[in-house]
Amino acid sequence: MSGEAIAFYLLAAVTLASAVVVVTTGNIVHAAAALVPSFLGVTGLYILLNAEFVAGIQVLIYAGAITVLILFAIMLTEGGTGLAGRQRNEQAAAGAAVAAAIAILLVAVAGRTTWTPEPGTLPSYTPGAIGQSFLRQNILVFEGTSIVLLVSLMGAIMIARREE
Amino acid sequence: MAWGWELLRAFVGTIIIFSAVAFIAVMFGVLLERKISAWMQSRLGPKHVGPQGLLQTLADTVKLLQKENIVPARADRTIFASAVVIVPLAALLDYVVIPFGTTRSGPLIFRDLNIGVLYFAATSSLVVIGILMAGWGSNNKYALIGGLRSAAQMVTYEIPIGLCLVTVALMAGSLSTVTIVNGQQHLWYVVAQPVAFLIFLIAAIAEVNRVPFDLVEAESELVAGYFSEYSGMRFALFQLGEYGEMFAMAAMAVTLFLGGWRGPVLPPVLWFVIKLYALIFVFMWVRWTYPRFRIDQMLNFSWKVLIPVSVLNLVVTAFFVVAVHR
Amino acid sequence: MPGLAHYLVLSALLFALGLFAVVTRRNAVTILMGIELMLNAANINLVAFNKFVAPGAMQGQIFALIVITLAACEAAVGLALVLAAYRTLETVYVDEINLMKW
Repeated sequence: MSGEAIAFYLLAAVTLASAVVVVTTGNIVHAAAALVPSFLGVTGLYILLNAEFVAGIQVLIYAGAITVLILFAIMLTEGGTGLAGRQRNEQAAAGAAVAAAIAILLVAVAGRTTWTPEPGTLPSYTPGAIGQSFLRQNILVFEGTSIVLLVSLMGAIMIARREE
Repeated sequence: MAWGWELLRAFVGTIIIFSAVAFIAVMFGVLLERKISAWMQSRLGPKHVGPQGLLQTLADTVKLLQKENIVPARADRTIFASAVVIVPLAALLDYVVIPFGTTRSGPLIFRDLNIGVLYFAATSSLVVIGILMAGWGSNNKYALIGGLRSAAQMVTYEIPIGLCLVTVALMAGSLSTVTIVNGQQHLWYVVAQPVAFLIFLIAAIAEVNRVPFDLVEAESELVAGYFSEYSGMRFALFQLGEYGEMFAMAAMAVTLFLGGWRGPVLPPVLWFVIKLYALIFVFMWVRWTYPRFRIDQMLNFSWKVLIPVSVLNLVVTAFFVVAVHR
Repeated sequence: MPGLAHYLVLSALLFALGLFAVVTRRNAVTILMGIELMLNAANINLVAFNKFVAPGAMQGQIFALIVITLAACEAAVGLALVLAAYRTLETVYVDEINLMKW
């Protein structure tokens, strides 16, 4: 087995096992803590797919900021009292059936389609190339995302502010 | 089987980085801190253990190793134990992209990533999760408050650090640390970017929770903040994480602003070590000079002063880089 | 050598796990965690297609970067909503938040 295959199976195992812990455990803080190995596994998969810049951004934003945000939200709301309520609602069986059905559907569709690769070689995914791409072909998306960031920043502050 | 050799190289590199950081950064750094603070307070530091007290930290580590590992009764054991692993791991991962000097064939760096500076920012942000888990897992009000305050402070001060890193990367034209050091052949970036250097130093001191930003470990208020409940080897590992992170921030400041390993006569590694310890001396000097900030003063300072100044600096730098290149 | 099919199966499983969390969990913060897992699965799909099917351009990676940024925005606003709801309604369990007007 090549090293890439071993790395892929290891990272896939880490990602999926942590995701199972996130969605099934009854302890919320354990669920939030198990998000971190899941995100780091996805980072490893990005590096296998030659996307190093996306991998760095994934660690910085997902594992470094969104996880901290989720932990803060847990500690400032009901999870912070340490009392554990019932975590799963009545639809658990139906939900599991639907999720399994969607997974089977996606895998079947992906298996039956022949994905013809377009001609072309991998460009060097250096940060310089990504930056050039942002400022040339994708500049509209770039500027739009910055406006969305500004609006969501203001919105989150306004919503979470205490009424005085 | 090329991946086997890469795995072996990574394993050996990990052991080397851990031993080097444990010895040079932590053992020597803790002793240096006690000696420098003593000299600034007109007293002598540790003198008895070893010549001039050099083996003091070794004796302290041996003492800590033989202490009992106490876990609080209703603490969450999984989270309590895994926080101890995350904090030093994130601190040690920082050293992968720092060039320590040159060898015959190229720079003495563990791995010259082409996203080196971004990698450094990413691994510094992993420490926050460990601190939150340490604060929560201790089942202790003071530890929890200390952990939340520390996480808020570290997340806030990551932003000026990131902006200063981007400013230097803008001037060098690349995110790779080796290219940044090579770009300082004629002029160190501390001369071209004094504002960014100052902001980086202030934010680095705040990022590693040192005085004057150490409200989260304030001995007079919170016992020891998020690691109040840790004893024995776990406490030693937290100290390893804290001092390792401080040395990593100083090493990155040397790489980005002070020319890395560049210098006229002496071998490059020696220049790097000299500059690194000069910055560490400045960190310790600041510690024993200033009083402590309150948490709201600290956060206001970052959001309302450091971030606008560093954004302005970035805009002015970008303007000059584009104007010069035309 | 893992090909496109491996990555697609992995992302399908991750998506299904995230969907299970969104549909069956009671705590609002856990539902947000499930949404983050689904977004990660979509990102893996985008980057895998970029490498295996359309290697000439880097649209897949650009799209993945934008999705990561928007996920951060959405997590911030979503958690602000959870905090505001907790303050007035005293609960974060979504099956207890069933009043249109407090």
